[in-house]
Order: sequence, then structure tokens, then C-alpha cells
Amino acid sequence: MSAIANIKTIAKRELSGYFASPVAYVFIVIFLLMIGFFTFMAGGFFERGEASLISFFLWHPWLYLFLVPAVGMRLWSEERRSGTMELLLTMPITAWQAIVGKFVASWIFLALALFLTFPVVITVNYLGDADMGPIFCGYIGSLLLAGGYLAISCMTSAMTRNQVVSFIVSVVICLLMILAGWPPVTNMFVQWAAPWLVNIVAGFSVMPHFEGFHRGVLDSRDIIFFLSIIGFSLFGTSVIIRSHRAG
Amino acid sequence: MIKVENLSKAFGPKLAVNNVSFTVERGEVLGFLGPNGAGKSTSMRMITGFIPPSAGAISVGGFNMLEQPIEAKRLIGYLPENAPSYTDMTVSGFLGFTAEIRGLTGEAKTKAVNRVIEMCFLESVMHQSVETLSKGYRHRTCFAQSIIHDPDVLVLDEPTDGLDPNQKHEIRQLIKRMGEKKAIVFSTHILEEVDAVCSRAIIIDRGQIVANGTPAQLRQKSDYAGAVLLRTSGISAAEIKDKLSQLATVKRTAILKEEMHEVSARVYPQASCPNGELARSIAEVVGREKWKVAELHTEEGRLDEVFRSITLPDTTREAKP
Ligand SMILES: Nc1ncnc2c1ncn2[C@@H]1O[C@H](COP(=O)(O)OP(=O)(O)OP(=O)(O)O)[C@@H](O)[C@H]1O
Ligand SMILES: [Mg+2]
Repeated sequence: MSAIANIKTIAKRELSGYFASPVAYVFIVIFLLMIGFFTFMAGGFFERGEASLISFFLWHPWLYLFLVPAVGMRLWSEERRSGTMELLLTMPITAWQAIVGKFVASWIFLALALFLTFPVVITVNYLGDADMGPIFCGYIGSLLLAGGYLAISCMTSAMTRNQVVSFIVSVVICLLMILAGWPPVTNMFVQWAAPWLVNIVAGFSVMPHFEGFHRGVLDSRDIIFFLSIIGFSLFGTSVIIRSHRAG
Repeated sequence: MIKVENLSKAFGPKLAVNNVSFTVERGEVLGFLGPNGAGKSTSMRMITGFIPPSAGAISVGGFNMLEQPIEAKRLIGYLPENAPSYTDMTVSGFLGFTAEIRGLTGEAKTKAVNRVIEMCFLESVMHQSVETLSKGYRHRTCFAQSIIHDPDVLVLDEPTDGLDPNQKHEIRQLIKRMGEKKAIVFSTHILEEVDAVCSRAIIIDRGQIVANGTPAQLRQKSDYAGAVLLRTSGISAAEIKDKLSQLATVKRTAILKEEMHEVSARVYPQASCPNGELARSIAEVVGREKWKVAELHTEEGRLDEVFRSITLPDTTREAKP
């Protein structure tokens, strides 16, 4: 009970921190502009001639690759740099509550940005008789994907007090997670690696797990995949913070 | 309230805190002194549960910091070194957050925030963003945070650092007043604060406690605690030395200054000499010999001198291996 209250207090502070600075608004505007550009221009939304959001969701793993680490990079590195971590972790809360609270706050922020793409949904409904099932699933998948990337950024931001380093490391990790299962890359590896090995590596990739969602399939394995990335990364965060405190 | 037993902390091969033990009871204000890098902040970080000790036990209000950290932390108010705070928040927003995380909500929270804003003189900046505050105000904001839940135990790392003389005075008075009902540990480099505020002081050097006692007891450790300063005119230094050396109470006489007709001397007592006896015996000599005396008093010993004599020789030795 008090755990929930503590997480809520931390998350509330973190969220208010986002909106206290113009960074949040700038982020949302950039996110919407870029997603609009990719969906309608690069993704050939109109040329497809179908009332679906495939060309919209297709771009999410790539857009999030840079935008999510930009949101997550300050989570812990800023606490370390400014020394507020000392304040936070000497309060009567557990490190877990702080980690989850901060993570949830930035996830809510990303969810808000994602929610603001609703005009795309309105457009596709206006243009034709869209199937809302896959769209709904696509949004769920996108949110889970953002959560997975965010948890990774959360972990990298705990490693360093330098936000730029934290950003770069998490972009690299997220990129590897895309590439591991991206058909052009797997096709290349298949030529000289055993197929089972390629399959295992590809199993760690976000792409196959994400694609199911926007085709309208809610597979529990895909959901568990993203939730376990989040769980694992947040656990990693707690280990890093503990080892940093131990000196 | 605070009980620290055989506390040690190693950073790699370096022992930052080495086997430190002490207790602080309710109603005590313990001053934590020591040169830079002595391990004061490291000790405080362990007491408040920020970093785990390499060895030793800490208990706060009966709760073991390692086994029941939440219960122990609930009792503590902590002002970390350099007074960190969330700079993107306003002063009242920040204090509201810390109140909430201490479990205060609604009416109780508003009351607590208003109370500390008043106590720490923050009314004029309460709606200002912490980022735009001057150093002293930031420090006071973080100090306010540490007392927001009226804790039984206060751990303050250099609470008067960066404050103007008026504020230093106010904060010292505040610490002293709160010390009547709480257990307080605070570190400082300002030795007057020890006299003004502390009921007891610990001097720590390179991780180890080198002195522990009331300010008066510490002053006793001074070389010239109990020595008598004598200033005369019209007599030669040689005669003074000669006459005083015949006294049983005198260990040795050092001439400090000799110019024109005036001689200043410091007379050190024998170890066995009871307090005040030395001055009395010297006064007898003065009366008998009809010396013209301008000054004759027993010295108390000075804290800065004690501090230097305890901590300096070792550091210079370390510098020249
Ligand atoms: N995280 C750390 N990693 C490695 N060494 C550390 C760490 N924190 C402190 N130290 C070392 O421990 C020693 C004690 O530092 P500490 O900050 O406790 O000193 P202090 O008594 O507070 O000094 P000051 O008066 O300058 O504040 C120093 O030699 C410092 O370099
Ligand atoms: Mg210090």
C-alpha cells in the first residue's frame, strides 16, 4: 500500500519535472512531426490504398531508437550528477520503488506522446472502413516496445553520470535488438551461420515480436517478451545502482 | 538513538573510514570534525543508509540500518554534503515532494511545508525555481527538507556551509534548540560552531577517531591548557626564569617576547599540578618579589590548536614518505 503511494509520489515528481521544462513539448512536437513524415511521405500511406496503419507502425522501432533514449537518458544520470540520488535513496523508500516510479513516469510520458498520434487513426477511418482490431493491437505493441527501449535506457543511465554517454550506449543496445532479427540482416547471416543460431539470436530481436501486434495478433509470447525486457532491464538498473553505492 | 559500532568503509584498497564507534543519545549534539578527506561524509552516508559499510553495525532508534533500512530511515533527517535538490522544482514544490515521500499528505503536508519555510526563512523564495536560487538559499532549502518530518535523528553534513553570518547564527541557534529533543550529528570545519552548538565533539583523521569528548575536554588536550601567561615590566627574562623554576608547580618557562622593559612568558604546569594551583603559586612569587605585572592568567587551550596538533603531524608525515 505504502509502496504504491511511494511509487506514485516519485512518478508524479518525475512527470512534473518533464513538463516544467520546454524539453517535453519539444520532444512531443518532434515525435509527431517525424511520425507524420514517415507515415505519410516515406511510408507511402496513401499509395497503399488500404485502410490500415501498417505504414504507421512500421516506423516505430526506428523512431523510438532515438527518441526513447532521449527521454530515458536523464533518468538516473541526472540524479547521480546532481547528487539528488543521495537524497532519494536515504528517504524511507526502497530502491525498487524509486526505479519503478521513475520508469513509470517516463513511460506515461511516452504513452501521452503516442496518444497524440490519434489524428492518424481518425484519418484512416475517414478514408476507408478501417479494421480497429489491428490498430488497437498495434498501439499496445508500440507502447510495449517503447517500454522495452525505455527500460534499457533506464539501465544505461544508471551506469554513468554523463547523459550523452547514456544516450549513445542505449541507442547501440536498442539498435542491436532491432538488427538481430531484421530480415536483411538475418538473411545475410544465414549464409554462413547455422540456422538454429540465427534463430536464437533473432529471438532476442524486437522486430518479429513487434510485427505480430500491428498485424492484429495479440500473442502472449510477444507480450511476455517485452515485459521480460522491461523486468530484466529494471533489475539490471537496481544491480547497477547497488554496486555504485557500494563503491 | 544513533549507535555506530566498529564501522569501516573501504574504497578499493583505501580505507576511508576505519573502525569508528560512537553513540549519540537524544538531547545530544555531536560535532564531527576532521581535515578534508578524513571520512566525515563517508561515515554520514553510511549512517543514513546511502552506502553500505564494509564492516560494522549501525543502529538508529533501535533499528539496524542494514536489516530494517526503511524503519531506520524514517527516523532520520539528512542534509547531504553540497545540499542537493531537484533544481527543476519550486522551493515549495520540492518541500511538498519530500513531505509526501515521508508519508505526510493533505493538511499535514501543507502544515509541514509552511513550518519549515518559516523556520528556514524561505518565504521570499517559496515560489521560485530552485535552479534560480543563490547557493545559500539552496542550502537552506535542502536543510528545510531534512527537518520536514520533525525527525528524531538529524544528520547534517556541513549545515552552515555557504551561509551568510546572520544565517549561520540562525541555523546554529536552530540546531542547538532542536538538539534538546533530538539526536543530532553534524560535521563542520568551523571550530567556533563546536563551542556554540555541540554538547560533544569527535575529531576524525584519516578514517579514525582521534579525539572524543566535550568541547571543554578537547581543549584540555591543548599543550597550553592550564599554562599561565605572565606579562611583567622592569625585570629581566633571566630573573623570571630563575625565580619561577624554583617552584614545585612549574615544569618549564618559555619566554614569548622580550622588548624594552616588558617580558611575556608562558609557564607550563607540572602534570600533577591541580587546576589553578600554578597561577596561585606564581602570584605568590610576584607578591614576594614585588614584580610589576601587567597580565597574569590561566589559559584554557584553544580548539584550533588542539585540532592542528592532533591532525596535522600525521598528514605532513604522509606527504613526505
Ligand atoms: N565513492 C568513492 N570512491 C572512492 N573513494 C571515495 C569515495 N567517496 C569518498 N572517497 C574517499 O574517501 C575519503 C573520505 O572522504 P569523505 O568525503 O568522507 O571526506 P570528508 O571528511 O567528508 O572530507 P571534507 O571535509 O572534504 O568533506 C577520501 O579520501 C575520498 O577520496
Ligand atoms: Mg565531507
